[in-house]
Amino acid sequence: MSSKTLYDKVWDLHQVSQLPGGSTQLFIGLHLIHEVTSPQAFSALSEKNLAVLSPERTFGTVDHIVPTLNQNRPFADPLAEEMLSTLEKNCSTYGIPFFGIGSGKQGIVHVIAPELGLTQPGMTVACGDSHTSTHGAFGAIAFGIGTSQVRDVLASQTLAINKLKVRRIFVKGQLRKGVYAKDLILHIIRKLGVKAGNGFAYEFSGPAIESLPMEGRMTLCNMAIEGGARCGYVNPDQVTFDYLKGRMHAPKGKDWERAIAWWKTLSSNENAIFDDEISFDANDIVPTVTWGITPGQSIAINESLPQSTTFEVKDRPITEEAYSYMKIEPGGKIEGLKIDVCFIGSCTNGRLSDLREAASVAKGNHVADGIKAFVVPGSEKVALEAEEEGLDKIFLEAGFEWREPGCSMCLAMNPDRLEGDQISASSSNRNFKGRQGSASGRTLLMSPAMVAAAAITGKVSDVRHFLKDDSNS
Amino acid sequence: MIRPITPFPTGAIKQIEGKSIVLTGNDIDTDRIIPARFLKCVSFDLLGEQVFADDRKELKGEHPFDLPINQDASILVVNENFGCGSSREHAPQALMRWGIRAIIGKSFAEIFFGNCLALGIPCIKASEKIIESLQQSITSNPGDFIRINLEELSISDSSIKYNVLMDPGPLEMLKSGAWDATSQLINKRSEILEVMKNLPYLNNFKY
Repeated sequence: MSSKTLYDKVWDLHQVSQLPGGSTQLFIGLHLIHEVTSPQAFSALSEKNLAVLSPERTFGTVDHIVPTLNQNRPFADPLAEEMLSTLEKNCSTYGIPFFGIGSGKQGIVHVIAPELGLTQPGMTVACGDSHTSTHGAFGAIAFGIGTSQVRDVLASQTLAINKLKVRRIFVKGQLRKGVYAKDLILHIIRKLGVKAGNGFAYEFSGPAIESLPMEGRMTLCNMAIEGGARCGYVNPDQVTFDYLKGRMHAPKGKDWERAIAWWKTLSSNENAIFDDEISFDANDIVPTVTWGITPGQSIAINESLPQSTTFEVKDRPITEEAYSYMKIEPGGKIEGLKIDVCFIGSCTNGRLSDLREAASVAKGNHVADGIKAFVVPGSEKVALEAEEEGLDKIFLEAGFEWREPGCSMCLAMNPDRLEGDQISASSSNRNFKGRQGSASGRTLLMSPAMVAAAAITGKVSDVRHFLKDDSNS
Repeated sequence: MIRPITPFPTGAIKQIEGKSIVLTGNDIDTDRIIPARFLKCVSFDLLGEQVFADDRKELKGEHPFDLPINQDASILVVNENFGCGSSREHAPQALMRWGIRAIIGKSFAEIFFGNCLALGIPCIKASEKIIESLQQSITSNPGDFIRINLEELSISDSSIKYNVLMDPGPLEMLKSGAWDATSQLINKRSEILEVMKNLPYLNNFKY
């Protein structure tokens, strides 16, 4: 048996040619597009008079700019309307399938492709969006690209890229009650730093990863990029196959049996050689919250905010910048910090299981006075399934708003945004300065269950106090 | 003010020279380079005016991109993990349209690096020591002229010549002009179809 990783195997299968200088021309099995990073790519195609090579291998949807209160067309924001109509026109011109609002298939691109069964093990997946790493949860090589590369994939179904090294992140043990995939990835990024992944793909493996359901694996891989790793992946297993079975674009009949047989050959071999290996113990991890302006600036809920002097000298300026921007002081506790807005949603944590965990905390409680709390399902399908289970009613009764699907306040390209220096408890993925739509807005990243707990108390809270002994696994 | 636009990169890129501009700080993310609200556009044309919009507003004219001395600078010197975060090509597009033609730093985020390469903007790595020395020298001599020589992988300011780093693949692409990959990729049509014929998921999972 060779010493190949899944990354090696999938890479080898998709290599088209070696380009001058040593970059690889890599075939892209699944290309996803949305309204923000594709219009200039289509303009470039049109300027160069190029066709789309395989329109059936690209799928489009609209997510970043859609309003979550009123999705009637035309949108109130003319720029947003222009972006959507441009995407609709481009998809129609080039014969690209498009999942529009009201189709039942629209949603955040990294939520819909898995739920439609488009994302499958062994594929290469690219999208003009850094959180494309999400799709690695299925044992695909999935990564974000820029608009020039979107143009290249449209024109040739390939792109020029250099092979990454692979770091195995082995997680033993099991996550404890009230601790989720979000806490795990925040913990990993905190320990390794936001730049450690540059030049690497992250392979997540070990008992704690194998125990994660697909949606947890998606949360984990989604934030690989926040640790600098352009792609993260999990070896496919029975959990992956069970998730895919019966989905709209998943293989059917005899293809299904053959697909499973092939998918089983893809995992990293037992004697696979990794460029680097690091291990963690899931039992050590507790609910984790970011306090600063990078996703690596986080602490466990029961810890004190770190002194700048506890960091390496080179990391002190950004630590001090973070304290100044966040208007908090080292030495204090994050638990109990008052918040203004609670956002549950995003490609990181806007899936059904996320909403279930948050609803289990919200049920029978009420959002604290003065707190704006809203839930944005990741897709129309998530919204429908949540409504069928009555999650919308639980949230509404608890004083949360129940919105229409989209990226929403993760990056605030729609009307959902922070005002002034409001603090949000957010289930999204980035706490960068200004990320949530106000140049002085402050973001605390945490699991959706932790956001729900914060909404109820009006301050950062330990979700474990809300969980009954029999709930959560 | 609409900035005068110098020609965008084309063809083989072997040497770049121009006035330098320093931006200090690690982990400067693409949301800071171009805040998301400016992504509401279907062309990149206006992004040059909006680069670092929120940081500049906060510094009220004191941001390096606002200082008069830097207005015709084209070589940006940064620190570590520059361009982390979002994959938005709007970030290098904004820098390019402002006038930046090369970036020197200790390290760059993966996707940002690739996005710059696709525009013909080299992201050149140098040791922490060199970056510090370069930033100090530019700060005391604002607008200092820098020459980048990709053939010998060196940069020189008015007084010192430094050795710098770039991975061989991207370096070769820049030097040969092959960084504009589209035509090379399209020309491999038969090889592309061959790969498609052998991919299990495009062939009823026969493997």
